[in-house]
Amino acid sequence: MRPRRLERVIELALLLSAVLSVLTTAGIIIVLAVETFEFLRAVPLVEFLTGTEWTPLFASPRFGVLPLIAGTVLVSAIAMAVALPMGLLSAIYLSEYAPEPLRRVVKPVLEILAGVPTVVYGYFALMFVTPLLQRVFPQMAGFNALSPGIVMGIMILPLVSSLAEDAMRAVPSGLREGAYALGATKMQTALQVVVPAALSGITAAFILAVSRAVGETMIVAIAAGQQPRLTASPFVPLETMTAYIVQVSLGDTPQGTLEYRTIFAVGMLLFLMTFALNLASTWLRERFREEYS
Amino acid sequence: MKRRADLAFRVLATGTLIVALITLAALVLDVLADGAGRLSWRFLTSLASRRPEDAGIYHALAGSVWVIVITAALALPLGVAAAIYLEEYGTNSRLARFIEINIANLAAVPSIIYGLLGLGVFVRFMGMGRSVMAGACTLALLALPVVILSTREALRTVPKSIREGSYALGATKWQTIWHQVLPVAVPGILTGLILSLSRAIGETAPLITIGALTYIPFAPDGVWSPFTVLPIQIFNWVSRPQAAFKENAAAGILVLLALLLMMNAAAVFLRDRFQRQGRS
Amino acid sequence: MSPAPPPLSPLARIAARSGAPSVPDTPVKVEAAQLNFYYGQKRALDGISIQIRTRLVTAFIGPSGCGKSTFLRTLNRMNDIIPGTRVEGRVLVDGQDIYGAHVDVVALRRQVGMVFQKSNPFPKSIFENVAYGLRINGMARTRAELSERVEESLRQAAIFDEVKDRLHESALALSGGQQQRLCIARALAIRPEILLMDEPASALDPIATQRIEELIYDLKKTYTIVIVTHNMQQAARVSDCTAFFWLGRLVEYDRTDRMFTAPAEKLTEDYVTGRCG
Repeated sequence: MRPRRLERVIELALLLSAVLSVLTTAGIIIVLAVETFEFLRAVPLVEFLTGTEWTPLFASPRFGVLPLIAGTVLVSAIAMAVALPMGLLSAIYLSEYAPEPLRRVVKPVLEILAGVPTVVYGYFALMFVTPLLQRVFPQMAGFNALSPGIVMGIMILPLVSSLAEDAMRAVPSGLREGAYALGATKMQTALQVVVPAALSGITAAFILAVSRAVGETMIVAIAAGQQPRLTASPFVPLETMTAYIVQVSLGDTPQGTLEYRTIFAVGMLLFLMTFALNLASTWLRERFREEYS
Repeated sequence: MKRRADLAFRVLATGTLIVALITLAALVLDVLADGAGRLSWRFLTSLASRRPEDAGIYHALAGSVWVIVITAALALPLGVAAAIYLEEYGTNSRLARFIEINIANLAAVPSIIYGLLGLGVFVRFMGMGRSVMAGACTLALLALPVVILSTREALRTVPKSIREGSYALGATKWQTIWHQVLPVAVPGILTGLILSLSRAIGETAPLITIGALTYIPFAPDGVWSPFTVLPIQIFNWVSRPQAAFKENAAAGILVLLALLLMMNAAAVFLRDRFQRQGRS
Repeated sequence: MSPAPPPLSPLARIAARSGAPSVPDTPVKVEAAQLNFYYGQKRALDGISIQIRTRLVTAFIGPSGCGKSTFLRTLNRMNDIIPGTRVEGRVLVDGQDIYGAHVDVVALRRQVGMVFQKSNPFPKSIFENVAYGLRINGMARTRAELSERVEESLRQAAIFDEVKDRLHESALALSGGQQQRLCIARALAIRPEILLMDEPASALDPIATQRIEELIYDLKKTYTIVIVTHNMQQAARVSDCTAFFWLGRLVEYDRTDRMFTAPAEKLTEDYVTGRCG
């Protein structure tokens, strides 16, 4: 029966398209693993993970990745200090307080904030925020961690807000009504009843935001600098893992060399970090869904 | 006392939203102030140059268009096909669940990792070199999870009764999907595609990684040609120390934002038509 | 179109119980033999055995959830679409087991058509709705032949005169009753031998319902019709034979006039007189 065979062929073609996503994941893992493996044949893992100097492009190179990790962590921490409280406040407000017409205005604004390309945010951080901050902190350098950190926080705020809001809206209204009936104010209900009830969903949102900050590239590539530095100061130039990959890609590093392989090694580290964070976030979200459905 | 705390909280929360709003406004105004002066027809039609006053954005704009068109041509059929499989054929099988988990994970992978993937697989292994094609393939993989997700949602809105009516007439599964389900889902699919493309057009990191050049003074002349795109050109200008180049960067940003505005407006228009169609 | 036959007078009722046939004894078209049906672990149909006869109208009645719609859908294997369902026993159409190993379900559904409870016209034009079945089954080779068959089906469903000037307008603009007649036309277009109707008039007003019932009375000259209805008066008006289902079992199956005037089972009597269900 020809039509029947055609159906089978079509189903196979559709299946292959779906399997492409599995191939993509496999491709990522294989590409990163192969090059990282080659890298680790030249640079011992211990040196890579515990060394405190990262100068792979110098005449006498050092391959300690801690400065890059420190840079990533510092910028992400600043971003989270902005995005988490503001995002949660925004979510509480939208979920528990805001009247419908206000929501209809605020939500698109947040969506726009989330949709601005990161290169634009990078420009904004370098050209507007840094000079502004330098007036407050004259010791701040032109490239630093504070400015991109703050801008990144604003960029991630909508993500935290919308995910936390979803979590809070999933909390049954019966819980709220019980609190109101006991004379609690909106704030008390929100903070003492709804947020704790939605905690695993909110935590999942936070973890996803961290993952997003860790993987962010252009804002830091433009505004944070290219000097790997093991530091806790938000006022000096540094380099994140992502910005390093960009730096090497822009240059003329020939393929197949050790320097070239460093971007894959750093990339592998980045992938593992974000993968672990995403996994944690998904697990928490599943648990939250089970609680409330 | 309770009232005061409640009020303070409300003020704090409103303040948060105001800060977000002000930031957005500051961003737009700042870019406008810096770049509006440079914006002109000449800017749009000139190629790159070492002198900021002569440097235009044509080559980057052309590169962006080339890349986005091919990305769409790749992501649309693959994404729709995958979504059809997951939504209509594979429900609840273990393979389908595994694929779904993969897609959810891929949606959260940083875009620069896709760049490394593209570098290893498309540029080197498949020998595409630093071409438009390699860039488009990379961006297509990046866009795929969103296209798949929004297509599945569009498919889900097609009522079961239409599928049943089709099967009862002796139609096969594919006939039902092709003739009845897809036509109804098309507006939703296109909306999702446009939204994912509007994200792709602002992507910088993965294309830098696969080797889109930051100084390339000509528009692409084919899919195997080297290229650059709008956000990379902006990045390049912002990285130059001369103040004049910063104006170019701001002007470039205005062009990029205008492009995004148009694409999102198209998506909203489609979504409205979609809803109106559903109501009739 | 002739109206439904008038209810039997008391004398005719006695004559009916005595066994004098008032309905032709035609060959068996569809037969179920010890049919069990499962949704997952739950058994929805229990040991159904019934013989449905050619060119008669057979009604399935019973309270909600008794399995009459489920059984109807086993006759054209529409339950295959629902995941986790299982069939035991046999269903024969023209003597062939439709759940056999090499049965072509597509061909089966061409032979056994279906009209649904809530009319479900496709979001296309009236013409395209009817033409769809013809197209996918390759039943019309030229545009002219297609138009001819579409018109023929619309006439059979007694709707052609109402829509002949707007064949290319959206089917969704029609009224509920018209949409249902369009769905009947759509089902008839592919020339099935058997027509399954799942509560076809339950969503319609009394006037539209009457038109559907008249249509059924007309169609039974050509087609074997099985109609599920929760409206007992409708079953009494329209059908030649009636099957009464209760909790997944077939309780009684008989000529309609006998079923409603002198049923054999007490449960049937309780149901048709409204004492239960």
